[in-house]
Amino acid sequence: MVLPLGVSTLVAVALLSDMLLPRLQEEWTRHRARRRRVPEFSLDPGRERRAEQTARELLRSCVSDEEWAMYRALGLIRVWGRYPRAHAGGEYAYLIYPHKPIVAYEPQTGRLLGEHCVTFPDETRPYGSSRLPDSDDVLAKWMALTGDERRLIDEANMHMPGRQIDPAQIARDLWRLSRWEQARLRELAAELGVSAHTPES
Amino acid sequence: MKPGHGEVVIAEGDVKVPEDEARLLAQFRQQLDAGLWAAVPLAQEDGRREAMMVRSFDDVPRDAERVIFFPRAAGG
Repeated sequence: MVLPLGVSTLVAVALLSDMLLPRLQEEWTRHRARRRRVPEFSLDPGRERRAEQTARELLRSCVSDEEWAMYRALGLIRVWGRYPRAHAGGEYAYLIYPHKPIVAYEPQTGRLLGEHCVTFPDETRPYGSSRLPDSDDVLAKWMALTGDERRLIDEANMHMPGRQIDPAQIARDLWRLSRWEQARLRELAAELGVSAHTPES
Repeated sequence: MKPGHGEVVIAEGDVKVPEDEARLLAQFRQQLDAGLWAAVPLAQEDGRREAMMVRSFDDVPRDAERVIFFPRAAGG
């Protein structure tokens, strides 16, 4: 009588433990989580905006007046390539956008050559965004391109045009850039008191 | 350059003053050891601007106004 009762009790305990143990463990974890000290983050919605403002000032102090005006008007900066032989002797240039791939193209024809995908992640941050402010990202690309084009292009992943940026968008940007340059030429010519004959496109 | 901050001044000094130079050198090495890239913005006489990437303190022109450190590029 005692033996069957003991065996039945053991089986019941084993079955119950299968059901109860996970719940007990969960409750214990929740209890510990409630007691754990949670670090306080001071949320500052203006922080990123102030960072961008600081970054814009730094960018402005580094690039030429023309490049700064280009960035303000169009949201991009064009940098000329320095190795003509790399593209069959023809001129080529890059379009730098914030947090988008660098686009290589031929200014004479508008033909897109490729997208160079590159980022500047801050690996030292334990939490939060590792993205640079927009203008800092542009400045980093500008410095790396004008300072050591080959090194940057070697670090970047090259893709065919259109992988991340719509070629139609780039075509529009090139058209806007062309119009902007014509207007700028006219302004400069007016300042100098000479007539500028630029073809309308 | 720092995410969430923009420009942060790490150190200032005159390289002609030995104590300042030693401090600037130490900071320079610390930034490069942390994996950052360093560049010196330059202005040409014709108005063009460009940067010079520097890999050692000796590469920095003595008359450079500033060295900008920024995260190393990685394929995106």
